[in-house]
Amino acid sequence: MASMLRCCSASGCRSAGGEALQQALVEARSRAGAGDGAPVIKAVGCLRLCSRGPLVAVDGPAGSVLYGEVPSARAAELLEACAAPPRAAAARRALASHALDLRHPFFALQEPVVLETCGLIDPESIDDAMAHGAYATLHRCQAELTPAQVREQVRLSGLRGRGGAGYPTGLKWDTVALQPPGPRWLVANADEGDPGAFMDRAVLEGDPHRLIEGMAIAAWAVGADQGLIYVRAEYPLAIARLRRALAEVQARGQLGSLRLQVRVGAGAYVCGEETALLASIQGRRGNPRPRPPYPAQLGLWGAPTLINNVETLAAIPAILRRGAAYYAALGTAGSRGTKVFSLSGAVRHTGLVEVPMGTSLRTIVVTMGGGVPGGEGADGGVKAVQTGGPSGGCIPAALLDTPVDYEGLRALGSMMGSGGMVVIDQATGMLELARYFMRFSVAESCGKCVPCRAGTVQLLQLLDRFCDQRASPADLAQLHDLCAMVKATSLCGLGQGAPNPVLSTLRHFHQEVVSALAVAPGGAP
Amino acid sequence: MSVLTLWVDGAAVAVPAGASLLEASRAANVEVPTLCHLDGLAPVGACRLCLVEVDLPGDGSPTRLLPACSTAAGEGLVVRTATVQLQRFRRMAVELLFAEGNHVCAFCVANGACELQDAAVAVGMDHSRFPFQYPRRHVDASHPHFVIDHHRCILCTRCVRVCDEIEGAHVWDVANRGSHCQIIAGLDQPWGTVEACTSCGKCVDVCPTGALAHNDDTTAEKRAARERPALLRSARERQRWHNQGGPP
Repeated sequence: MASMLRCCSASGCRSAGGEALQQALVEARSRAGAGDGAPVIKAVGCLRLCSRGPLVAVDGPAGSVLYGEVPSARAAELLEACAAPPRAAAARRALASHALDLRHPFFALQEPVVLETCGLIDPESIDDAMAHGAYATLHRCQAELTPAQVREQVRLSGLRGRGGAGYPTGLKWDTVALQPPGPRWLVANADEGDPGAFMDRAVLEGDPHRLIEGMAIAAWAVGADQGLIYVRAEYPLAIARLRRALAEVQARGQLGSLRLQVRVGAGAYVCGEETALLASIQGRRGNPRPRPPYPAQLGLWGAPTLINNVETLAAIPAILRRGAAYYAALGTAGSRGTKVFSLSGAVRHTGLVEVPMGTSLRTIVVTMGGGVPGGEGADGGVKAVQTGGPSGGCIPAALLDTPVDYEGLRALGSMMGSGGMVVIDQATGMLELARYFMRFSVAESCGKCVPCRAGTVQLLQLLDRFCDQRASPADLAQLHDLCAMVKATSLCGLGQGAPNPVLSTLRHFHQEVVSALAVAPGGAP
Repeated sequence: MSVLTLWVDGAAVAVPAGASLLEASRAANVEVPTLCHLDGLAPVGACRLCLVEVDLPGDGSPTRLLPACSTAAGEGLVVRTATVQLQRFRRMAVELLFAEGNHVCAFCVANGACELQDAAVAVGMDHSRFPFQYPRRHVDASHPHFVIDHHRCILCTRCVRVCDEIEGAHVWDVANRGSHCQIIAGLDQPWGTVEACTSCGKCVDVCPTGALAHNDDTTAEKRAARERPALLRSARERQRWHNQGGPP
């Protein structure tokens, strides 16, 4: 195997100086004289452990090692580490303090399916992607299976929507495919907007051809000949790589008659809601509309539209290559397969983890994530884990053994959401955190329906009273009532989910809420 | 035309396929409060007053809250329009609307002819339990015949829809987000400078409150004509006009 240096070129490592390091490696290589044996220096997608960036994986005759936080000045040593064992050994010893242990649970417990080639391939090279198997599954599906058989495989895999709601993907595909004859659209929802969520960004930046292949399979399975990828404008690198990948794949004619285009959002969180997203694509104000009718029946320009999240579509090539049974064997009975989570907040190992559904929060946050930096005890200093972003909730440390799946998290008053996991330490006040998310919902409400537009404003003011220690028991009662009303009556998921951070705080951290009540003149709260 | 049978508050009703739950409720002589909805305009389901509880036939799935105005009637649906919970939610929605704007009935042009006022009566709201927000909004009196007072606007978007769907001028739209939403004329310019405005007055006719009014309306003098979109739409669809004889 040729020696290779894989430099993480995803946003996290770029912001930690990844580009400069790669440049330093290229310069060091040319100084050393680029002979035939000179190592290949390749920009790759996310190498997972964002907190130790910039990351470089060294593949050489002496094996593979992952290095983190490497200063550009040590580029020459990294090159040496690719060499044959006797020369590499000295360099690897010198770099030992930067070496990351790939046997650590953070890496060892990962089960890469969606991310199977992320970090291996150059996201800006279709040749590299195809050398790793991209588009082979698409062509095999088209040659050997009928669209109905493809949909059956997806149904049997048990895959559910990874955007957060968990709707069965196969059922959605069937609903679109079985609409009356006529044009159909396919849309990939890449408007990843939850605070603390960056799973889809890793796919877009690190392995865009996997998404495109998943889309091509989906389009073929439901009879769509046009597709759009709706990406948030805040992901410029993802947009650039997607556009490049699309241009390359269309120049190669890999997609047949399917036409795919990128659409860039304009900075509205609510446009991740599918009906608002479709309105935005059509040049309208990004407002949700009541469902039914669902986009599968009435979508873009009135045509049946299949809209799936990036991670859902990116799981498709692996499912069809390895078989539905392989995928369904991962995970739990109700939630099959794997899920990518982005770990952030007060956690030692920040980054991306892909694990089978049903993995416990403790495994993800404490075993893999290493708990809170400096934290002690079985819970690793963790106070709570926030999942599901502004529509989710906080799960207290006492429930860390909860297996992570759609129903499990919902039963605790949170939700899977798109996969953001923010670890909360003991120093963080839960009411402050709830207020942070409520502020987010107030700012991102589209303003169409009354409970979300006016209700979240009132909820935020109530939370202000708690955070300022001037809330009364009547305020607490009103907080309960208004949360219930906004949750039950809002038009879309954003409004319906907006009270969840408050409700989960009321449920799991009630003591903190009660002790925030203003003390009455008589002394009792 | 096929006919659907469903249950509204315990009574069986038959409605033509394509009818909304609101129309089904009316067929059952049940009044469901509405505010953003107006017959003749496309429903948007924004005010949430017309939410009803719906059980799908026989599948045991949990009861859903759906807007009656924009949900199609279905065979065998069981609809409840006035449960205790729904009444609580409706009252809160009206309270939120009152607290959100600057609604002072005593000197409003629409006093006595205001659907927000009517909704408050219908849901039994005698005061708002939510603190008033007293937003700083403005009045646009640049149009020669009409005036828009944003303090009284509840963002029902009837004006937006009637101008777009019936008059075809699309003078109005919504700008900004969340609590900063406001109705704008043209490209967010003074109404009087919008050349697309035909001065037809349909927006004033349909406005549920006193936000849109005639220039010379003073307190309690606004005369709304909220039935106009339905008449116009029906006339256009059937190609029959009152002055041509025959049923409207």
